[in-house]
Amino acid sequence: MLRFLVRRLLQAIPTLLILSILVFAWLRSLPGGPASALLGDKATPEKLANLNHVLGLDQPIFVQYFKFLGRAVTGDFGYSLVSSRPVMSEIGTFLPATIELGITAMIIAVVFGISFGYLAARFRGQIVDNVIIVLTLVGVAVPIFFLGYMMQDLLSTPLGLPSQGRQAPGINATAVTHFAILDGMMTGEWDAVWDAIKHLVLPALALATIPLAVITRITRASVLDVFNEDFIRTANSKGLTQPVVRQRHVLRNALLPVITTIGLQTGALLGGAVLTERVFNFRGLGFLLAEGIDKRDYPRLQALLLLGALVYVLVNMLVDISYGLIDPRVRVR
Amino acid sequence: MQQLRLTRTRRAALIGLAGALAVSLSACAESKRDEAGGGGSGGTMVFGNTGNPKMFDPIFNDEGETFRITRQMLDTLIQNKPGTADLAPSLATKWTPSNDGKTWTFDLKQGVKFSDGTAFDAKAVCFNFDRWYNMKGATAQSQMIYYGDVFEGFAHNEGTTKGEPVYKSCEAKDDHTAVLNLNRAKGAFPAAFTLPSFAIQSPTALQKYNADKITGSGTSITYPEYGYKHPTGTGPFKFDSWDQGNGQITLVRNETSTMPQPAKLDKLVFKVIPDENARKQALKAGDINGYDFPAPADYGLLRNDGEQVLIRPSFNVLYLGINQKNNPLLKNDNVRKALAYGINREQFVRSKLAEGSEVATEFVPKAINGYTDDVAKYPYDPAKAKQLLKDAGAEGMTLKFYYPTEVTRPYMPNPADTYTAISEDLKAIGINVQPVAESWNGGYKDDVQQAGKQDIHLLGWTGDYNDAGNFVGTFFGRPKPEFGFDNPDLFKALADADAAPAGDAHTKAYQEANKKIMDYLPAIPIAYPTPAIVVGPKIKGVVASPLTDERFDNVTIG
Repeated sequence: MLRFLVRRLLQAIPTLLILSILVFAWLRSLPGGPASALLGDKATPEKLANLNHVLGLDQPIFVQYFKFLGRAVTGDFGYSLVSSRPVMSEIGTFLPATIELGITAMIIAVVFGISFGYLAARFRGQIVDNVIIVLTLVGVAVPIFFLGYMMQDLLSTPLGLPSQGRQAPGINATAVTHFAILDGMMTGEWDAVWDAIKHLVLPALALATIPLAVITRITRASVLDVFNEDFIRTANSKGLTQPVVRQRHVLRNALLPVITTIGLQTGALLGGAVLTERVFNFRGLGFLLAEGIDKRDYPRLQALLLLGALVYVLVNMLVDISYGLIDPRVRVR
Repeated sequence: MQQLRLTRTRRAALIGLAGALAVSLSACAESKRDEAGGGGSGGTMVFGNTGNPKMFDPIFNDEGETFRITRQMLDTLIQNKPGTADLAPSLATKWTPSNDGKTWTFDLKQGVKFSDGTAFDAKAVCFNFDRWYNMKGATAQSQMIYYGDVFEGFAHNEGTTKGEPVYKSCEAKDDHTAVLNLNRAKGAFPAAFTLPSFAIQSPTALQKYNADKITGSGTSITYPEYGYKHPTGTGPFKFDSWDQGNGQITLVRNETSTMPQPAKLDKLVFKVIPDENARKQALKAGDINGYDFPAPADYGLLRNDGEQVLIRPSFNVLYLGINQKNNPLLKNDNVRKALAYGINREQFVRSKLAEGSEVATEFVPKAINGYTDDVAKYPYDPAKAKQLLKDAGAEGMTLKFYYPTEVTRPYMPNPADTYTAISEDLKAIGINVQPVAESWNGGYKDDVQQAGKQDIHLLGWTGDYNDAGNFVGTFFGRPKPEFGFDNPDLFKALADADAAPAGDAHTKAYQEANKKIMDYLPAIPIAYPTPAIVVGPKIKGVVASPLTDERFDNVTIG
């Protein structure tokens, strides 16, 4: 297992290296550039040339790349052009918000997705099944920003939930780890914990809709497949009780494709987080990314895109490991 | 056994991962406790900002989202009278130019202190002017956008800076008289002294926090702590905290301010909400008490919700740019005039722009010194437009029409709508329009202003201070790829107007220049749009300024 892990990690290095070249080249091939974005309406050719020179953007691209790579291997991704703060420190400040939002959304999606999927399969063709199928179709089809605005409009005021942000202006929580809930618990500022939870509800629900719908449908299909397997018939004929058959045989076997889906959806969640964070002004990595794209903030975008790639690699690794835990056949291989 | 080993490995991996994450997070963690504000009864106003401020040393800033905040803390020598573009006393009670416009004498307000307790006097004024002029480093100079525009050069130009400095020296005649000596007269003065970039800051704080230590490292710029944590001025508010994680900037009442008095509010919080709809929802939900530049389409809805939509007097212009370089037909004056006659600007303004917007008759709005009604006008007359095109042999000409996407500007709330209206009018007079839509930051400005790829395009301008040169000088003061023409007579008229000393001569010179521009018609002024600012029903004391120069010192929450 350890060898497998090390091998997978080593495989990630060339992947990230190739990605770094692609990201670097792609950013610089985009029309417009940081100088033009930073100078706004007041840009003149002289000012643009001046700023490009100051930022080293007038050097040959391969010189720029090797400078970037030389710093990146030491963990230095430079300073954001927008905020002038070190990119890694920005990511340290904003990553916890995305993790909080992503984990909450994923918990909602997994718990409800597996439950709904199993229910739909068990009552196949009945009204429960049909309602769940229709709802999942809607969940996948409605764009996050539309859903987000609808939620803000319809749910925020009646439920007394904040429509945007991570913290109410009156709450002055102490930032320790930048995980708002954790920080509040550590410092005993329970009003801040409650405030952070309230701020999480709407964006997490909005972000959870697509993975929830996908997990529901995959679980349903997978459970239906397993119901028809020979070993279920065998288990039933051995006289095992239904709960035992369901938990030990049906769910365990049906969860394999679901776990793959959860892995893939976690990656996709990052994409959803960009839109969700924008709509709910939830200041996480998606927020940083959107601002970075708008301002063509090369250092920030390079770091964020490579971090995204790293997360993908790690999530895939975790999926493989979970496979091994659930399905002995994978381990033997 | 296999299972057990795997579990251990998995646990170790997870613990390792969690440990690494915790270490990395704690390494960059910072503790910020917001001190509670004063015990006044003024309450807290929360204002929605559209973007993150850069940092609060305004000399290195050039954008409104930062100035909105620095204006509350830092005062300039001269300010704009609330709600207008007229000049009014601020740190200077009087400003007097010499006859040749090369010397400005400022009588300073007495009894003023910076928020760090140090005295504001003529020495402090001169310290600031000298600081800017003597700024070292190509990086720092490249970020002093407005200083470069107005003062043109430094004691030692570095990097690609080339201008000859306008500034010569500053002397403190006595504690309350500062004299500014210039190498040459400049028409931008005195109006340019109102620019938030030229706010006077505490010399003590600037030195204590190494405010000039700006460095360029690799591909980025780093600023000292001064601009992030210690901006120090004389205004009615003073800096309290900037929570980067939550995008909140908190100012508190400056109890010692005499500019003109401490703020009525206890606290003023700026919350960064980039998404327009999110700002609207936040206002509706009561999370914020106001925000800037609501979409004109939302005015009615906002008012129905009880919000106050305050319309600003126009201080901007939307124009249809014409580039004469790529299409020889556009060099013909009559062809350009045909385009002007062919666009139904009245209808466009009525149907697509916010209330209060007007058709533009020239390139400066009415509030600006140098505006004149005595210019050539081009009322909607499609028959005349067709005839002019026919006479010029330009019937059925094809024009590449560039317009921006993914942007809304105060002078152009909806670029796609603007493009549609104008292109339909042009098609109606027999012109073939080839649309080219480009993202604002994704190449539009570069292609239009630097490369000049277009035949016609949409753009505009929001004024910085009350001088026509800030508009027409910027557009037509020299050859530019955006317009692709060379008209030495017009360039000279604008240069002369800029050099004319402040007063009647200056205004007249710009009126003449405006006449020349509208006779030659290098582009077509379309409209003077009126942006707005919106505040909640309980907010009192916000006066909408044409220059987005709203001061919140008088604001109360009812």
